Amino acid sequence: MNGADITWMLISTALVLLMTPALGFFYGGLVRSKNALNTLMMSVSSLGFVGLTWAVLGYGIAFAPGNDWIGGPSYAGLRGVGLEAQGAIPHLLFMAFQGTFAIVTAALVSGAIVERMRFGPYLAFITLWSLAVYAPVAHWVWGGGWLSKLGALDFAGGTVVHINAGVAALVAALVLGPRKDFARQAILPHNVPFALLGAGLLWFGWFGFNGGSALAANTSATLAFVNTMLAPTATLVVWTLLDLKRTGKVTAVGAATGIVVGLVAITPAAGFVSPIASILLGGLAAFPSYYGLLWRARTRLDDSLDVVAAHGVGGTVGALLTGVLAQKSWNGTADGLLFGNPAQLGIQALAVAAVIAYSGAVTFGLLKLVGAVAPLRAGAREEGLGLDVSQHGEEAYARDEGAILILSKPAPVAAPATKSVLKPQGGRA
Amino acid sequence: MKLVIAIVRHEKVNDVLEALFHTEVRGLTINRVQGHGGETEQVETYRGTTVKMELSEKIRIEIGVSDHFVQPTVKAILSSARTGEVGDGKVFVLPVEKVYRIRTGEEDQAAVTPVEVPAGA
Repeated sequence: MNGADITWMLISTALVLLMTPALGFFYGGLVRSKNALNTLMMSVSSLGFVGLTWAVLGYGIAFAPGNDWIGGPSYAGLRGVGLEAQGAIPHLLFMAFQGTFAIVTAALVSGAIVERMRFGPYLAFITLWSLAVYAPVAHWVWGGGWLSKLGALDFAGGTVVHINAGVAALVAALVLGPRKDFARQAILPHNVPFALLGAGLLWFGWFGFNGGSALAANTSATLAFVNTMLAPTATLVVWTLLDLKRTGKVTAVGAATGIVVGLVAITPAAGFVSPIASILLGGLAAFPSYYGLLWRARTRLDDSLDVVAAHGVGGTVGALLTGVLAQKSWNGTADGLLFGNPAQLGIQALAVAAVIAYSGAVTFGLLKLVGAVAPLRAGAREEGLGLDVSQHGEEAYARDEGAILILSKPAPVAAPATKSVLKPQGGRA
Repeated sequence: MKLVIAIVRHEKVNDVLEALFHTEVRGLTINRVQGHGGETEQVETYRGTTVKMELSEKIRIEIGVSDHFVQPTVKAILSSARTGEVGDGKVFVLPVEKVYRIRTGEEDQAAVTPVEVPAGA
């Protein structure tokens, strides 16, 4: 182990952790003001609930020695996860880095069910989801499971993170059903600057997400890092042109979305394709997501913040194009279709299909399970009032007029000294 | 002419507008206001501070209508703004002394009668 690798991975872990509150702002800006805190809290709470269960249980399910399908119990409670080397970095750091991925992936799902899901069942759902869906899929691809043995390429989580979250989002939106105002009233973003702030911070954090997935400070990290910068530039440009062609105007919400789609798409490919290929990949990825979310808005599917179009579709395009554009001269591992290895595309497609099937089925089961214990949806009145007040007893933009202080003890009598300070100063102001 | 002033729940305002447009009420003004109508106060907590929100957000709608339009307008508001719980709001109908339409200088009845917008305008 050397200091350079450890330093880069320490920083990367912090960068990826920042993506979760960033996602909260991205999502929080896109909902109505009465649901802003609830939406932010859906991401923020994942830091605690998923982060904790990851350390105690999830990490072992994903990365402890096991079989092709699932890890083992040996790392439960962080037993045996110490400062010894795991690749180029301490094992404990590897655990923490992977934990930040679990946290943000679970939080991604929330975008499909904002403005209507009760908070307690939401917490139960994402906690169980991180153990039963995220951790096994991470094992398949990165923990020595069957997809990694097949040679599926997923540099930083196109299948594990984005397709996985996208499919779970689709299922969750279907199980919960649309918001009561959906397709009846215009539901508009309440703070577009928040969405742009979130997208910007996500991009910043993504350098750790993709660059850190090299698990060392090396040339592979450099390639992934630079591709993380380049691919979204192309997506943003193409998205802008599509916006311009469709409405004659370049929209800010579109720009925020385009950046995220580009980042999603380059994720599986980041360390496997050349910089020029990453620009091509980023540009191509704009089309299916752009038209996907236009189409979605005309359906009855209330995937409220378009997790399916951005992460499900973007992740699928990225995972498949990795099988086309991967280049051994850049990554030292495998070639894709364009470089004479058409079989890679088939392996990628199989990985995509497997994750879609598993995530879809188990997410459905978990929601039914949680729903059997407690209702998943807020009542119509709570939904009308907004989930900030009904679920959290707080408002994002509270006014103090008419707010009467409730004191548990009788109010203390103000001391004379304080009183004299508060007295009008006879015009001397 | 009358001035109809309605104070309704903010979460019902879209239902009210929809009902008013169905009744062909075309001209109105709305305002965000805060008020108290005897409903249970919302309790909120910020760190150690617990507060009772005495005022809740309401929407105030003002509509100038000709006499024969008063009943349909009021009916539309009553049916669309009601939830049945305390805090649904009020409708006031006030006499109006004079109305002018600024664009044309029309007065009274003519000033509150919606204009037929010519096709293609």
